[in-house]
Amino acid sequence: MSQALTTAHSVVAPSPLSKRIAGAIVILYALVSMIPLAWILMTGFKTPPDSIAYPPKIVFAPSLEGYCNLFTTRTRQTQEYIQSLGPPQTICDEITRKRDMVIAGPSNYVPRFWNSLVIAFGSTFFAVSLGVLSAYAFSRFRIPLADDLLFFILSTRMMPPIAVAIPIYLMYRKLGLSDTALGMILLYTAVNVSLAVWLLKGFIDEIPREYEEAAMIDGYTRLHAFFKVVLPQAATGIAATAIFCLIFAWNEYAFAVLLTSGEAQTAPPFIPTIIGEGGMDWPAVGAGTTLFLVPLLVFTVLLRKHLLRGITFGAVRK
Amino acid sequence: MAEIRVENLHKSFGDFTAVKGESFTIADGSFFCLLGPSGCGKTTTLRMIAGLELPTSGRILLGGEDVAFKRASERDIAFVFQLFALYPHMNVRRNIGFPLVCQSVPAREIKARVEETARLLRIDHLLDKPVSGLAGGDRQRVALGRAIVRRPLAFLMDEPLGTLDTEFRDLMCAELRHLHERIKATTVYVTHDQLEAMSMADRIAIMNNGRVEQLGSPQEIYDRPATLFVADFVGSPAMNLIPLTGRLGKGAARLEVAGSGIAIPEMREDAPGEELVLGARPEHIRFDDASDYRGEVFGTEYLGTMQIVTVKVAQGRVKVKVPASLRVESGEQVGLAFLSDRLSLFDKSSGRALRSALHDGAAHG
Repeated sequence: MSQALTTAHSVVAPSPLSKRIAGAIVILYALVSMIPLAWILMTGFKTPPDSIAYPPKIVFAPSLEGYCNLFTTRTRQTQEYIQSLGPPQTICDEITRKRDMVIAGPSNYVPRFWNSLVIAFGSTFFAVSLGVLSAYAFSRFRIPLADDLLFFILSTRMMPPIAVAIPIYLMYRKLGLSDTALGMILLYTAVNVSLAVWLLKGFIDEIPREYEEAAMIDGYTRLHAFFKVVLPQAATGIAATAIFCLIFAWNEYAFAVLLTSGEAQTAPPFIPTIIGEGGMDWPAVGAGTTLFLVPLLVFTVLLRKHLLRGITFGAVRK
Repeated sequence: MAEIRVENLHKSFGDFTAVKGESFTIADGSFFCLLGPSGCGKTTTLRMIAGLELPTSGRILLGGEDVAFKRASERDIAFVFQLFALYPHMNVRRNIGFPLVCQSVPAREIKARVEETARLLRIDHLLDKPVSGLAGGDRQRVALGRAIVRRPLAFLMDEPLGTLDTEFRDLMCAELRHLHERIKATTVYVTHDQLEAMSMADRIAIMNNGRVEQLGSPQEIYDRPATLFVADFVGSPAMNLIPLTGRLGKGAARLEVAGSGIAIPEMREDAPGEELVLGARPEHIRFDDASDYRGEVFGTEYLGTMQIVTVKVAQGRVKVKVPASLRVESGEQVGLAFLSDRLSLFDKSSGRALRSALHDGAAHG
């Protein structure tokens, strides 16, 4: 090898400088996109006057008033009445009394949050279950018109879902599905199932058929082989798909506003209404939004190992 | 262990016919190879025997019982896949034991049989390792272990050495044959590699376009190819096929190629047409200055002890295998002499080998 042909660096690997520049860009972008989240988090710990102060306060005395207001309903009382009550029982009592109010009872936040959990996780479960079964069928069997069916499934996502809001609203009213958890689960499942089928088909295509065939020769039925061999192999894809479905169902706002108002209302339409209950109660909104982010964060962190593999899956031949 | 009989097996996928009515019998305890180029139907045939594909028509008898339309799990066979199909979420022990788990064998017996199998394959030290870290040869052994552990009626192997590197492949070839001699299991082995087939098989079926072209022992196939396809496919370098025209009747023992007379094994039948092909293996041709069948040396390939010399003749190019010590220069004029009793003759239109003294005493495959 002559001297002129030797190079000190690889021609395919990025150079240290370009890696550093790329890293800086990514970090900068991440910081910028995290500003709204940080603002929400901070607002949750401000007092109502601080939250609407101008110029906005970056440094402030933290308070739990937002969280107290989030979980309670309060009534305004006279000074005499409040003093007749005896010492405050909780920190929230104390904060509330400073504003000449007493706690009247719990707010609707917890039941709405619970609705969100049931509806989002329920619809994710059904979308992924249906998705993995049909993805398996599309991947493994000769299905007449398979390509057309797959296109049809995809086409349900081609229009904005809200375009069918009115028909669905009328349909749900007739069927008695308005403002029910079941109705919302069915709706979100229907929206998510096309995404699930397409994503999971890709993952299942990547699993060699030989695994099931080996299991079938070894004495399993196809169904048995599916559960014992294919599902464990598809875990990554299932996790990634579940996260995408959950994010949609958890954050969905338009249908939730339209179709739920009471019993089955989810957190997204409920959170904005907190403002009205106690005047300009931005801290409570901030607190409600912060807590609303937690389940998604936990779920994603739990599955992040799968998610990372899931996103790059199939990019490089193993 | 059992005999496998395939009768009139057909398989179509829509308009495409992968297997066109094949019949053969695999003797109990023998090592049988299905050899052919890609797309010849050999894997489809194997998968039908396994129950992974259902035939369009025909019968598959496994130990006398027709299993053609039964589920894979209801046939007592083991299958070794090209990509091994080791379950990545299980370790070696669980992989080998998996078929027994499927059959609800008691845990104690599974443990004993897995360990016995692992000792047989010399992988007992790997039992508790995950399969993902194993080297190619060890993966292959685990895949074999999973097949052996169930003591099935037959082993089916689909190019099991295809993904191994050459060095390992030779080693595994020897090991597979050795293993076969010890457990004497009926084995059907699919490959496109003639060296694998030649070195391991008791009998080989050469397949092309969904049909069995020839069925016989490796030597029979090499020495007496039944068709032009077999002649061309088996052997490296391939048999020289020299086209010629002429009438040949029963009893003829000479023919003419470009004006030179060549002695051939005595014909046992009349040639149906005048378009013929003479087949001569490179090692059955030597240089002979006295011969009037002449050509010009085009190039040589050095192979260590032997060399392949390509000679340009009037009919095209002829490859000759001679000792490497012989000095040959490109452009040199040489005479070619044929080992007369080893030559094959084919009818060009049907591709069929014509019967001659070459076939005397051989069972017709």
